[in-house]
Amino acid sequence: MSHYQPDARGYYGPFGGAFIPEMLYPNVEELRAQYLDILADESFRQEYQQLLRDYVGRPTPLFKAERLSKHFGATIYLKREDLCHTGAHKINNTVGQILLAERLGKKRIIAETGAGQHGVATATVCALRGLECIVYMGAVDMERQKPNVARMRMLGAEVRPAVSGSQTLKDATNEAIRDWISNPTDTHYIIGSVVGPHPYPDLVARLQAVISEEMRRQLLEQAGRELPDYVVACVGGGSNAAGAFYHFLDEPAVELVAVEAAGHGVDSGKSAATTVLGRPGIIHGSRTLLMQDEHGQITEPHSISAGLDYPGIGPLHAFLADSRRARFLSITDADALQAAQLCSRLEGIIPALESAHAIAALTALPLQADDVVVLNLSGRGDKDLETYLRELHLA
Amino acid sequence: MAPNRFKTLFARKPQGLLNLYITAGYPALHDTVPLLQTLAAAGADILEIGVPFSDPLADGPVIQQTSSVALRNGMTLKLLLQELQGVREHLPDTPLLLMGYLNPVLQLGMEEFCRLASAAGIDGVILPDLPAEEYAAEYQELFRQHNLRPVFLITPQTSEARIRRLDELTDSFLYLVSGPGLTGGNQTADHGAQQAYLQRVEALNLRNPRLVGFGIADKASFDAACRHAHGAIIGSALLRALDGAADPHQAAREFVQRIIGPPIPAR
Ligand SMILES: Cc1ncc(COP(=O)(O)O)c(C=O)c1O
Repeated sequence: MSHYQPDARGYYGPFGGAFIPEMLYPNVEELRAQYLDILADESFRQEYQQLLRDYVGRPTPLFKAERLSKHFGATIYLKREDLCHTGAHKINNTVGQILLAERLGKKRIIAETGAGQHGVATATVCALRGLECIVYMGAVDMERQKPNVARMRMLGAEVRPAVSGSQTLKDATNEAIRDWISNPTDTHYIIGSVVGPHPYPDLVARLQAVISEEMRRQLLEQAGRELPDYVVACVGGGSNAAGAFYHFLDEPAVELVAVEAAGHGVDSGKSAATTVLGRPGIIHGSRTLLMQDEHGQITEPHSISAGLDYPGIGPLHAFLADSRRARFLSITDADALQAAQLCSRLEGIIPALESAHAIAALTALPLQADDVVVLNLSGRGDKDLETYLRELHLA
Repeated sequence: MAPNRFKTLFARKPQGLLNLYITAGYPALHDTVPLLQTLAAAGADILEIGVPFSDPLADGPVIQQTSSVALRNGMTLKLLLQELQGVREHLPDTPLLLMGYLNPVLQLGMEEFCRLASAAGIDGVILPDLPAEEYAAEYQELFRQHNLRPVFLITPQTSEARIRRLDELTDSFLYLVSGPGLTGGNQTADHGAQQAYLQRVEALNLRNPRLVGFGIADKASFDAACRHAHGAIIGSALLRALDGAADPHQAAREFVQRIIGPPIPAR
């Protein structure tokens, strides 16, 4: 795996690092110094495995989607992360990080959230372990992902609106980082994607890697082969994609497909397709591809999907794009909506808007009849029903 | 080799130094250089020029607000560096620093930034999200060539070993963040903890002078900060005084007077 692991300073090729103000240094350094030991510790591993099995409901099924397969002209398997407790892959990470926070002696948990899935997953594990939980969420996202705001409150978390900038995921992340600066000793920041300063991208990728570990095993059982031709996943910050790609990174026969949100179209000025529109820059403590103007000001992204509405991507993905290890595609709001409807009607599975981008991308792949595709269905669409009914004129 | 204006200043005035921060391009686009002159004439010893950034992670609401106003006014790093060429005709001796986030600097190019800052006669640079290790590995030589000095932040959580390492890396001053929190916060609320921290750092006998910043807002907090340090840094409180002022220069002069003038008799 060595090629796609970060170096000692947290770099994947030219991307990564830890560009943090001194106020965060003790926290981030504490985490950096300890995370590998804690993850490798036997008691941690046992607790993590047990919670993944008995609480999250892992392994999640790998489902051969016959009608989608027929539609796209190849064999399509769906990795059912939507069946995880709380409805998305996000909880794989929060279960691991809450155990880590306990071992670091932290009493207070903060998180940012876009679609609200990471916020719900964080509120859930905080309830499970009896820790205080504060979730920052852009005011715009609170409006468009209302069911998740309600769930967080039911779980006992405090949801604080981020009202700066475009009031979406980037701004919620800013507020979470500001909270961490203001609470430097008792607080652990459970970041929700493979973004942020080293060691977060590596930490979150390792906690999501269970997705591809299971994919390989399940594909072998079901199809008699461990390696698919394609692995497809959507990318906001990139955690579900990192988890889906992880154990295939060193298998060049497997084409990795990362799907970004094009919004109204990559040239429309209302887009979140970072690998198309971004240049190297620094966001949230990481050097990565970043949507910015010529003066280095971060530009406001747009996606109908709150979870993909972010002007950067994790440094691992910047490296995968730069080195062409992964193929990056971008899907518009309109195409994602159509794909959500297609998946709902052909398979009886309502996907999250984020995951619907991955489904829509199947059209853009040169699929052959004997190709095997594993698509990471990162979450379920309950939170998006209001948007679906409105945008698809079903109400 | 050009003179080190920090050294000259600290030799002349070893304590009670007033360092003031303004956001470039605020309140109006071309206010920056005239305001620097006003502040120096009113009694500021050191001036920090904030480069506005869209996502200022370490800043509280006031500097978030002034930064977004400045950006809307059209301020850019390039324009600022242009406006600063010639500033030394008016301000020959006051140490001047640029303070901002790394991304705009990297987009301009660190070399170009250093070249233009140096040509303008800038003395120091504060880039909170450029860690000292990264500075030492990548930019130390470049800074030296351009006679620019970095300023590093220290917090109550910074270990002694690390403070000593940061102290070795520069010849300007150390920026003691007064307590946990963002710029403009109420760090000075826990007076006892703050004084203990300032005394602890004072006792380390560091090479560089120490200025205290974050949450210094008035004469009382300025004087308290100066007790165990060489001076203090004020940003948000000054910017709040400029907000909506009919004449920002008058507001700036009055603000400085309230900090360093004689005690105002109680009415
Ligand atoms: C269901 C789902 N998929 C994907 C994402 C995007 O995040 P990431 O790219 O880290 O997987 C989110 C984020 O909120 C989500 O809720």
